[in-house]
Amino acid sequence: MEEEMKNEEELALQIRNLKSCFFTSKGVVPAVDDVSIDVPPGKIIGLVGESGCGKSMTAMSVMGLLRHPGKVVGGSILLNGRDITHLSAKERSKVRGNEISMIFQEPMTSLNPVYPVGRQVQEAILLHQKVSKEEAKKQVIEIFRQVGIPEPEKRYRSYPHQLSGGLRQRVMIGMAMVCRPKVMIADEPTTALDVTIEAQILRLMKKLRDDFGTSIILITHNMGVVAEVCDYVYVMYAGKVMEEAETFALFENTSHPYTRGLLRSIPRLDQREERLYTIKGVVPNLLHLPQGCSFCTRCPYAKEECFLKRPELYEAGREHKVRCFLFRERSAEGESGNSAESAAAGSVLSENERSLEGGMA
Amino acid sequence: MDKRKNRLRESTDAGAGAEMRQADRVYGAQAGGADGLQAGYADALEAEAIGEAETWKEQLKKLARQNKLAVFSAVLIGVILLIAVFAPVTAPYDPYAQDLVNRLAAPSAQHWLGTDDLGRDMASRIIYGARISMAIGLLPTMISMVIGTILGLIAGYYGGKVDFVIMRLADVMLAFPSLLLAMVIMYTMGGGLVNIFIALSLVNWAGTARIVRSQTLSLKEAEYVEAARSIGVKGRTILLRHILPNCLPSLIVLFTLNIPSAILSEASLSFLGVGAQPPSASWGLAVVRGKKYLFTEPWLSIAPCAAIMIVVLAFNFLGDGLRDVLDPYLKEQ
Amino acid sequence: MTQNVLLEAKNLVKEFPVSRGRGKQTVHAVSDVNLTIYEGETLALVGESGCGKSTLGRLLIRLLPATSGEVFFQGAKITAMKEMEFAPYRRQMQIIFQDPYASLNPRMKVLDIIAEPLVTYGLAANKKELENQVMELMDLVGIPREFRNRYPHQFSGGQRQRIGIARAIALQPKLIVCDEPVSALDVSIQSQVLNLLKDLQEQRKLTYLFISHDLSVVKFIASRVCVMFLGTICEIGGTDELYEKPLHPYTRFLLDAIPQADPRLRSQEKEILTGEIPSPVNPPSGCRFRTRCPYARDICSQQAPPCKTVGNRQVFCHFPLG
Repeated sequence: MEEEMKNEEELALQIRNLKSCFFTSKGVVPAVDDVSIDVPPGKIIGLVGESGCGKSMTAMSVMGLLRHPGKVVGGSILLNGRDITHLSAKERSKVRGNEISMIFQEPMTSLNPVYPVGRQVQEAILLHQKVSKEEAKKQVIEIFRQVGIPEPEKRYRSYPHQLSGGLRQRVMIGMAMVCRPKVMIADEPTTALDVTIEAQILRLMKKLRDDFGTSIILITHNMGVVAEVCDYVYVMYAGKVMEEAETFALFENTSHPYTRGLLRSIPRLDQREERLYTIKGVVPNLLHLPQGCSFCTRCPYAKEECFLKRPELYEAGREHKVRCFLFRERSAEGESGNSAESAAAGSVLSENERSLEGGMA
Repeated sequence: MDKRKNRLRESTDAGAGAEMRQADRVYGAQAGGADGLQAGYADALEAEAIGEAETWKEQLKKLARQNKLAVFSAVLIGVILLIAVFAPVTAPYDPYAQDLVNRLAAPSAQHWLGTDDLGRDMASRIIYGARISMAIGLLPTMISMVIGTILGLIAGYYGGKVDFVIMRLADVMLAFPSLLLAMVIMYTMGGGLVNIFIALSLVNWAGTARIVRSQTLSLKEAEYVEAARSIGVKGRTILLRHILPNCLPSLIVLFTLNIPSAILSEASLSFLGVGAQPPSASWGLAVVRGKKYLFTEPWLSIAPCAAIMIVVLAFNFLGDGLRDVLDPYLKEQ
Repeated sequence: MTQNVLLEAKNLVKEFPVSRGRGKQTVHAVSDVNLTIYEGETLALVGESGCGKSTLGRLLIRLLPATSGEVFFQGAKITAMKEMEFAPYRRQMQIIFQDPYASLNPRMKVLDIIAEPLVTYGLAANKKELENQVMELMDLVGIPREFRNRYPHQFSGGQRQRIGIARAIALQPKLIVCDEPVSALDVSIQSQVLNLLKDLQEQRKLTYLFISHDLSVVKFIASRVCVMFLGTICEIGGTDELYEKPLHPYTRFLLDAIPQADPRLRSQEKEILTGEIPSPVNPPSGCRFRTRCPYARDICSQQAPPCKTVGNRQVFCHFPLG
């Protein structure tokens, strides 16, 4: 977008070259490797990838919730321009909930089963604000109304098990929103919910973004959810960002072979396919990553270079970066606007895929 | 009402760093879910890295890494077992040979733990006593656990009336203090080691039956058991092939934790005079004999007490360690 | 329909007793369901959680006893049979489970897991032959033979699901109930397993009852779709027609609610279903969907909707769409 968006002061959250590792008995596992994410205010940022790609670990690192044997080993996290990477546990917990909050996939495990949900949200308010209990209770009911919980006064006294999954997730979102944090991280918030409920929750998240200017980092494996609500998307694979782009650009001009494979392997509603496209092989073990590009063993376009050298993130267009050597030349010449070259790269991609399909059939 | 609230507050923010801890409960501890996730993640990574290694080996390795005390206890138990089994070789004297000249001798180079009121070498008697304690610890525990496991499996898997009868019987057994029940059995049958075996075997099955039953109930719902049923595998085969092996970790833990209680029961029964009879080298009996000389020749009581304590502690530490690696289920209870 | 009927359910009901505090209540998991499965087709059961689709799947292959109603397999009434009589039919109906981590016994080697059905029915003369048969099955589902002595935890989710599939096809069944077989898998693995299921169906002339909440997956694999809501059937019809022009309001909302991987189709203007799914303990009277249905009128709360036939399709609604 505009240049000033990149201005550090303006960003709600800026993650720079974050690296987090797990120190297991078998060796050091780089779960998050050199991840940089910009979160401008009032945007929904998608973080998408398959299980084990490091998307949740990125969120945990940002929240300071990584537990042994995981540890942040490099990079910086700037929240509203302030570096929170090296805060003590106590300072972190003040930031958590107040300026940045998080919701999880399964709200049942996040709520204490023996207290009414209203009380739990009230506690969160009392913790961060100097208000009376009555005032806090009023705020809770107001929040419940805002996140679309019917009969908020009655629900205030309900226990978690008396609520449906959708309502529980609304309570969690309410709890995350009580202090009007600038940034909310939502880790697979709709994965455990039914589609009709999912649609409601996604709409609620858009509403929070529009009404309160909250930035949301939405972690998901579902490309549909990404297309539905995200403004900007980061695609992760094996701990690294493989492609980042504005949402429309990502779906219209999908560039990285992994993202292309991912999108093509989803069965589509609007057409009937005889066979689904598959990405061959399995996600590599993070302990034994290939020397070069981490996707090289599964990539239909891999060249010798891909096995030897690690690609950088190259510019592939406006607000579009791709970690693939296919786009290196383009980014070098892209300055002069060599569109013929980029068209050529695109056609090479699609031709390769066509021949691949021929081979499969 | 207010009181209740207060208690709630106390329970949530007692102690220093309360705010932080509370914050953790509200925001961080949501990480309960996240924690599991992380653990699962690390596990998955490890599992991938394991390759051909087997589950049991891995778990034992984990035990060795995590819990040095449990490993030490296992070694200690091994050594005691060896000493007990080879008692005729390891004991310096005949435990029954009286030496009336050397009565109540203090510990010395000749008699490491002194001699008792009949001039018998205490060290040798403790070593022979280990035979009794180990046998009592292992055999009746094994028998009672076999009984308990079979009954628990049947009750849990078949349910209905069978379940009702077995479990009410277990309730009755558990309603009595087991030591009292054992004493009643011993009184009616008379003292002696064999009768202790029988009494302890009969008394302790109920606890095992309960645990096995509750595990069977949950394992019965497991998808792989449903899968076996969908194939048409017969009930008994399902019990033996699918349910029992998955109860085994709990049973092993339970076994190591039941042994010390059996050892203690034997010592107590002997102490009370309804267990082993003189001139047996039972540790419980030795404690009784030493009681008279507690203030003059304290080693006569201390030695058998220490022996009981060391063995019981070693088994408990080993059991705890095994529980941590083998059985998250029991830990929760 | 020229196809042969493989399985037919008539007025199938399943109720579970629950004790909640005082008094006993009943969960109405499946209520008065009639369903026909034809040979060689893939019939999908779709619906949200708690709609009874998994229960129905288990009732049909007698993994659960029905409270009332009948199930006929190739004309034979399997609901009334004794266990001995039923044994030969059991072989014909197998099931693949959702959770590839829970459906394999963690203490058995893969070889023994896949061999179990063969051993149970004595289908191998000796150990050598058994191992050969197992290895052929492993080839078929794409698990390398040299992994046969590994334990389930040493495999990834997709591989475990393949092992589960191998176990299910070992007895050469006619019908396989696939209970959410890919919903626990990653996208790239999901497509591999779906392709495998489709290939196996062609090779072995299998009939699938495919239970899923994911309508995109259903669109790919199913030839007919049955939409369920709270223990009752809303609509049954051919996949393409049903997706093209849903007749039941619920089907339409369900299809609209799916987030599609195309930002141009963002559902900003689309109507979304409000409210929660009612409890199966106390289902609404009449049409069970009426409390969430924007088209509900008085009659919907008074009478259960009748079955209306539109072409090849059936819809249970007082006021079907279009």
